[in-house]
This record gives sequence, C-alpha cells and structure tokens, in this order.
Amino acid sequence: MTQTWHVTYEIFRKKGDQPSHFDRFEMEVDPDEYVLDGIERIWAFHDRSLVFSHACHHSTCGACGMLVNGVEKLTCITSIRSVTKDGGVIRVQPMRNFPVISDLSVDMTDFYQRMESVGHQPVVTIGYEDSKGKFNTEDDLLRLSDCIECGLCISACPIAMTTPAYLGPAVLAGAQQSGDLNPCVLELVDSENGAWRCHSAYECTEVCPSNVDPAWRIMDLRKKLVSRRIKKFFGIK
Amino acid sequence: MDKPQAIVIGAGFTGVAVAYDLAQRGLKVNVLERGPLVNGTSGRTHGLLHSGARYAVDDQESAIECIDENLILRKIIPQVIEPNGGLFVALNESDMAYREAFIQGCEDCHISIEELTPRQTLALEPNLNPKLITAFKVPDGTFDPLRLAMGFAASANAYGAEFHLFCELQDFILDGMGNVKGVQYLDRSFNQVKEIHADIVINAAGVWAGEVSGHAGNIDLPIKPTPGVMVAYDQRLCQRVINRLNEPGDGDIIVPQRQMITIGTTSFEADNLDYIPVFDDQVQLMFERGCELIPAIRHTKERGAFMASRPLLDSGTKGRSLTRTFKCIDHKESDNVDGLVTITGGKATTMRLMAEKTADLVCQKLGMHVSCQTAEIPILSYRKFHLAQNREVA
Repeated sequence: MTQTWHVTYEIFRKKGDQPSHFDRFEMEVDPDEYVLDGIERIWAFHDRSLVFSHACHHSTCGACGMLVNGVEKLTCITSIRSVTKDGGVIRVQPMRNFPVISDLSVDMTDFYQRMESVGHQPVVTIGYEDSKGKFNTEDDLLRLSDCIECGLCISACPIAMTTPAYLGPAVLAGAQQSGDLNPCVLELVDSENGAWRCHSAYECTEVCPSNVDPAWRIMDLRKKLVSRRIKKFFGIK
Repeated sequence: MDKPQAIVIGAGFTGVAVAYDLAQRGLKVNVLERGPLVNGTSGRTHGLLHSGARYAVDDQESAIECIDENLILRKIIPQVIEPNGGLFVALNESDMAYREAFIQGCEDCHISIEELTPRQTLALEPNLNPKLITAFKVPDGTFDPLRLAMGFAASANAYGAEFHLFCELQDFILDGMGNVKGVQYLDRSFNQVKEIHADIVINAAGVWAGEVSGHAGNIDLPIKPTPGVMVAYDQRLCQRVINRLNEPGDGDIIVPQRQMITIGTTSFEADNLDYIPVFDDQVQLMFERGCELIPAIRHTKERGAFMASRPLLDSGTKGRSLTRTFKCIDHKESDNVDGLVTITGGKATTMRLMAEKTADLVCQKLGMHVSCQTAEIPILSYRKFHLAQNREVA
C-alpha cells in the first residue's frame, strides 16, 4: 500500500420484508483501490450476509453497477479516491429503477428480456460502433459490443423513475445499434413508452462507463423513425 | 415427478455447465451459489478462449482438451466470443529457442498454426513491438465471462434447473452411514436457513471445493489455489490475443475485449481465498512485460487491476508447472462417502467437457443410461437466464 485512508462505508441493507436501513463500516483503504474492493472486504471480513453483485472486476460484464454517493458507478473501476476523501464517507445503494433482490443487488431479468426483444447485437464487427454510425461491416474481425448491460443508464434516467413501462436508454440504444427495425421492434420503440418518452436529459450518457452514448443513440433512433414515417407518407420503400 | 434430484454447489463455469448437462439428461437440478453467478475465479478471468498452444509443450493433455473444446464453444455459444485468433510472438533469442518445441508441440496436439514474417505480423497488428523476430497465428479467442456462464445457465433453466443465488452451504444432511442426502444453506437475501434433499450432490466450488467437501468429513482434495493478477487498459491496442513465444511466465499474454486489453498474469500461492489483495509490484510487472509486446501500453490509461485464484490440481510440483487438466472424484470410491462427487481443476475453455465427464459419472452412479448432447446443441441466449422461481423480489 502506497497510502492509507480511513473511510466509512454506509451500506444499504434490505432482507426480505424487513424495513431497509444503512450499516456503517469503518475501513482502512488504499485510495487507489476500487469501491468494489472495499465492499468485497466488508463481506469477507465483517459481514457474510451482505448481498452484492459482481463478476469480472474489470468492466467487461456490467454486474457491479451501484449508486455511490448518489451517483451511478461501475464499482469495479471506480477508485475510492474519485468518490471521497481521507476521513470521508462512501454511501453505497442499489441501482434505482430496478427491483431490489437484497442489499445492493437488483433483479435485471426484465431488462435483459427487453434487450433481447429489441435485438441488441452482443457481437459486432470491429469497426461497427466506431465514431457513432460510421459503420464498417466489411471487416471480418468481430468484437463484443460496447453495451455491457450494466443498467447504470436506466438507474440514472429521470423518466425511467416515473414509470417502469418506459423501455429506458440501454434498450432504446440497443434497438438503434441493432439497426433492424422490424415490425416487432418498431411496435416497442415507436411508441409512448419507447423513443418518444425520452426527455433528453442526457443523464444516461453522463453515467455510461462503456462508450455507448445512449442519449445520442435515442436521438438517432428518433431520426430513423421520423424518416420512416415520411417515406411511408410518400409511399417510398 | 420422479426425476432424480441433483444439487450443484457453485455457479462458476463448472457449476453452470454441470447444471446444464445434468438437466439436459433428465435430472431435476438445483444450483446453490453463495454469491451471484461467477463471482469467484470464473468471473475474474481475462477471458481467453485457449487454443491450447500455451500448453502444447509442457502439458499436452490440457492442450488437446483446450483445442477440442475451443472449437466446440465457438460453435455452440458464438454470442459471447470474439473469434479473432491469436499470435505467439518472439522478441529475442530466448524466445526463438522455444520455437522448435512450440512447432512440434502444436503438431502433436493438432493445433493448427501458421508462421508469419515480421512484415505480415505488423500488417495484422500494427501496435506490436516492431523488433519482433517471428510470430505464429493460433486459433485463440476471447469470451465475456459473465455471459458465457449466463448462456449455460439459461440453457439449464430451459431444462428446469433452478439457480439459488446468494445461498451459502452451511452443512450437508447426512444419513446414519455418513452419506450425503442433501444440503442445509443460508439464503442471504432473507437471512433464512433452508434445506434441499437430493440423490446426489456435486461439489463444483473450484478453489473452495476443499471447504465444501470438509462438511462431509475428513476429505482431502488435491487442489492448489494459485492466484494471479491481471491489469486492464483503456484502449483496444490489438485485435487478436497476443502471447509471448516462450515458456509460460508472468505477463506473457495480452487479451483484447470490447474496447480494452487485459494483461495477464502472475502465479503465486495464497492462504485466504475469500479476499486476495492486488499487489502493486505485480501490477507494475504486468505493465512492463506488456510494454515489451505492445510498446503503446506505456501511453494508455490503466482501467482496472484485479486478482483471481486458479483451482489447479496438485501434482506435487509448483505454480506454473501444475497441470491445467481436471479431475472428477466419486467420494464413495475415495472416502466411502456416497452421494457426493467433486469436480475441480480445468480451464474455462474446458468447462463443457468437465461437465460431460461429471454427468457421465453421476448418471453411472444413478443407473441412468443417457448420453451427453451438449457438444451439438446451441446454447440459448444468455439473456434468457433467470433466478429460481420461488424467490420473491422485494
């Protein structure tokens, strides 16, 4: 350890039907450690009943999204230094706008189903998503797409907070990315709870840890939807 | 419902693959996992889909398992794989001294390789060290760890398997003879102790398999937990996996994924497996070794550093020379404890094969004559994975 800070983790707790509360844990940390490292140590050495989600610890899986001092963060790559100071507090809560399983874990099942139904492509050609919309689909090399389905954008979205029926930024961005606006996808996205519900707050793009820029994609999706309607009006295929 | 009942302990790669195979063969499967999916070793891999070339000289049994399973996983679960191949790159005379053995080893293990000139290599990967002497193309790939596991778990779900996450084993339920009849566990989401009975329990807890089997008596497992550090950088500086053409060693691999690269890894021994710190000197070593292969890493922002503990089989040797193959143990044979099977060792790349061998043993023990089909059937979309139905979400 190069440096030691004393910080207090305030962790949201929720078990079954019992009322929720916060537990405080005083921790010695290296400020260059990640917020998730501290949470894992709380589980390993202080409280084995703590429930939290995590898997890859290097921002490729999207499992460890949480609210850290009120802001959506992928906790495996968020350094303690970037969210608090020596002697400070790290308040950790589960993401908003998802059902809470327990403590810091949320249920992503419905979200994953929506990503599936809009046809988001998990694997794309190397140049596919570069510079927004500049496609190079000729490339025979493939890579996993940018969106890691962490849900941070949905947690940060002020409209998702008003109704669970709203598809939310990642899902609309997924529809834009897939490019395949077939009738089933159109019914979902060209609707009251789809692309038109967004108020362009751009909170989603602000918190996205993975180069997706969902807000831009929602605006681009709207352009595509409008252009389809105009073409349809003039009978152009 | 007269399906034989099985409980799988651990939802790492091995556990989800075993759950899928057993459910597919007609067992009612319940999976207990103390955390979320792949929260231990499996999740924290750099995500290399091994061609086997890394082990072709020293560990040919593992190398052959890797190349065979590599080709199967590409076929059944392309949704989580970057299939772009890899390169083994020589930078100095010591690397070149390994060349002959490498060519011979890959031939022995039927791993198809192709030697490239430096010019050809740099045309493929312009960020490689321009001083490279030679390079071999190998059929490596990379995978997303969480989604690989979710895919197998989703397919297991479709055959009725149930995943009980955040449920930690407390004890086995034993009969008067000391045989395993079920499990007692703590559901961490509700702080409640629950029980499930079963005809067979499969211990797929990886580096924690010794702790699990310890609940059934004084059982000694041949596992040597061997952690290693990995460091992710914030730019995709190569399209293929870059390996150092030499004996396996620290920082000998760079794995691209999404818009990142990850450098791996070290190899040492650890005591407490629940929390292994990331050591700064090892991170620095990864950086320096990585820069030898791709000098531009020097100007790239570090994204994250992490640690994982391999559950290697103890063959009486140390770290790097431990075999990467796996072992399936019937505790009736080894310890006179019936109803318990342990599967451990292996690689992510060989998860399906490990499950096949385990399910073969389980079916044989239960007198079932059903063959394995997992090598042929495509895995369902990882997004179809769901938690056990009996879980109420608050």
